[in-house]
Amino acid sequence: MLGIAGAGGIGPFMWLVPGLAFASFFVVLFGGRRMPDRGHWTGIVAAGAGLLLSLWGFAGLATGAEAVHRSWTWFQFPGISVGFGMTYDFLAGIMFIVVTTVSLMAQIYSTAYMRDEPRYTWFYAALSLFTGSMLLLVLADNLVQLFLGWELVGLCSYFLIGHFWESSENSSAAIKAFITTRIGDVGLLFGTFVLFIGAHTFDIAALNRAAAAGHIGQGVLTAGALLLFLGAIGKSAQFPLHVWLPDAMAGPSPVSALIHAATMVVAGVYLVARMFLVFRAAHAALDVVSIIAAITMLIAAAAALVQDDIKRVLAYSTVSQIGYMMAAMGVGAYSASIFHLFTHAFFKALLFLGAGSLIHATGSNYMSDMGGLRTRMPHTFWTFLVGAAALAGIFPLAGFFSKDEIVGEALRAASSGRQITAWIVFASAVVSALLTALYVTKLCVRVFYGEYRGSTILHESPRGMTGPLWALTAATLGAGFLGLPVVGVFRHWINIPGEAAPGFSTLYNLVLPLGSLVVALAGVWVGWQVWARGRFVLEVKGTKLAPLYTFVAHKYYLDDLYLNVIVRPIQYEAARGAYSWLDRRVIDGLVEGSAHITGRVGGALRILQSGHLQRYLALLFAVLVVVAGVVMN
Amino acid sequence: MPVAYFLVLSSLIFSLGVYGVLVRRNAVLVLLSIELMLNAVNLNFVAFSALFGAHGAAGQVFALFVIAVAAAEVGIGLAIVILIFRNRSSVDVDELSFLKW
Repeated sequence: MLGIAGAGGIGPFMWLVPGLAFASFFVVLFGGRRMPDRGHWTGIVAAGAGLLLSLWGFAGLATGAEAVHRSWTWFQFPGISVGFGMTYDFLAGIMFIVVTTVSLMAQIYSTAYMRDEPRYTWFYAALSLFTGSMLLLVLADNLVQLFLGWELVGLCSYFLIGHFWESSENSSAAIKAFITTRIGDVGLLFGTFVLFIGAHTFDIAALNRAAAAGHIGQGVLTAGALLLFLGAIGKSAQFPLHVWLPDAMAGPSPVSALIHAATMVVAGVYLVARMFLVFRAAHAALDVVSIIAAITMLIAAAAALVQDDIKRVLAYSTVSQIGYMMAAMGVGAYSASIFHLFTHAFFKALLFLGAGSLIHATGSNYMSDMGGLRTRMPHTFWTFLVGAAALAGIFPLAGFFSKDEIVGEALRAASSGRQITAWIVFASAVVSALLTALYVTKLCVRVFYGEYRGSTILHESPRGMTGPLWALTAATLGAGFLGLPVVGVFRHWINIPGEAAPGFSTLYNLVLPLGSLVVALAGVWVGWQVWARGRFVLEVKGTKLAPLYTFVAHKYYLDDLYLNVIVRPIQYEAARGAYSWLDRRVIDGLVEGSAHITGRVGGALRILQSGHLQRYLALLFAVLVVVAGVVMN
Repeated sequence: MPVAYFLVLSSLIFSLGVYGVLVRRNAVLVLLSIELMLNAVNLNFVAFSALFGAHGAAGQVFALFVIAVAAAEVGIGLAIVILIFRNRSSVDVDELSFLKW
């Protein structure tokens, strides 16, 4: 089946972008080591060309070209047909720009950051593979293809978190990330099956149509949506499966920027956006999304406040910000959610690359080894400051507009209909905004102000690193204006499929933006007073808050819970009987048994193969005589 | 002359050849034994052709072919024997069991 919906300019050729990335993967993997540059130019050129194509394709969409839907039959059983196709619309277009931009920046940055590290060529090959897989996921027109990309990005994430696998800490972080997200992936897979049972198709557009038209039973629909959301929880590090993301910071900083901040971890949000009509048609699904996201954004923002490792602060911040996106989806603020995804990708990638620059200079991940870097690393300082301000939601940076829109939409939803969950989302969004401003201020003060507490000789990072920082700073400064009420193009590009663009909330007058700006500035002011001026001393030891602090600092004991309740029993007691019997007797029995039989048969037959030419000939003549005798009779 | 004379002689030579191929230990003599077998066949060809040749000299032409092929075969065979001798300093067929695993 070959369905072409309108001629979309460059649109039908957007498969070239992941294609280029995959090609780059193979070229770098097999030829990279023989290249004088060790393979990085191949990856950079592929990502750069991908970015240009993405911008071209998006410009086509923005000037009125139709979205492209194409599908070919991939494989087929009676009653089940699985397609392989592409959907290139505004949502995919935005994701293409985000992925290729951050990928390009991370790869340019890595030429300097990873220069002296082991497995440089493999690093670039894996980055290309990741880029291609992520774009494959985004371009997918059906859930099976999406699952393929989904698993591939998980695999790349595993490779890259464990890039420095010589340290067992890093490789166990990689394994933790892989297994934790795999729990979610089981949900995604079963959600796909359940929805297939309901609608007899894997096609995303068809599923959404069927759900919106009420052709799928409510029970099946709810189960399917919740299972899909389980996949999103795993991949997008939502409570209670968020535990892998802070540990994933064991990977190199460009990887954290690309995979664990800007692109892969927002795949869950993308999934909810793609299946939005399914989620909305199911009764409880969006409420579950809202509640989980509200919990996530709060606890992650609080956890970010007590971390000392700069990348872990940013990792918790990422978890919290993805909570914002999910919560926005939950209250139906589709456009605001994707807008926040878009702006967050730029400023969070900027922050991670900046953190990498700091780590490169100080040789430590810990804020207690930094301090006073403002004057020594001016490029890093100014770019980081812009990213931090955007994260805190300071006007007029990207984060301000997108976060503000989410808060506004939550308030609108709260005042119309689905009250309780929307109020929860609104409240936790406001509190999280305050916490965000606090930890961002703490981060900046501890790193850039005061006296230098480390021991290395400081230097500004090379141009290969500061260049991408400035480029992302420009994106951070500019991206927010796409969603400005006056310009307002973003919500015309991205909105709930099949519906007209919503107007700006009636509350979007001056009060709301001013209110959230006041909240953010209050957080910054308090943070400044506490950590820079030392006006208040935040001493929790001995007070009533001490248990709470311990609770947060121990990551809510979730890791201990998982370790003691799930991992340990499987490792030891419960598994011993069943596992050893099944494994030793049945599995090993089958494997070893077949080898044994083959060996016996071979042993019997090898007598014939003596290697003596004359025995072969004697056998030949004997058989000949017998055959001749038989034929003559 | 009755055809039986030729057949008896030919089968004697052929059996001699088979015996040589199977029992002789020197590779050169094995090759010579193969020649004996081929010539036994040639004898049959010529005898049948001369006594019952309804189609001209077809059998004799065939014998010539066999001689030509035998010459090529012995050329290759001797070359192999020489190479084996260079490698192993021996042409004892019993020792040539190194082709098996």
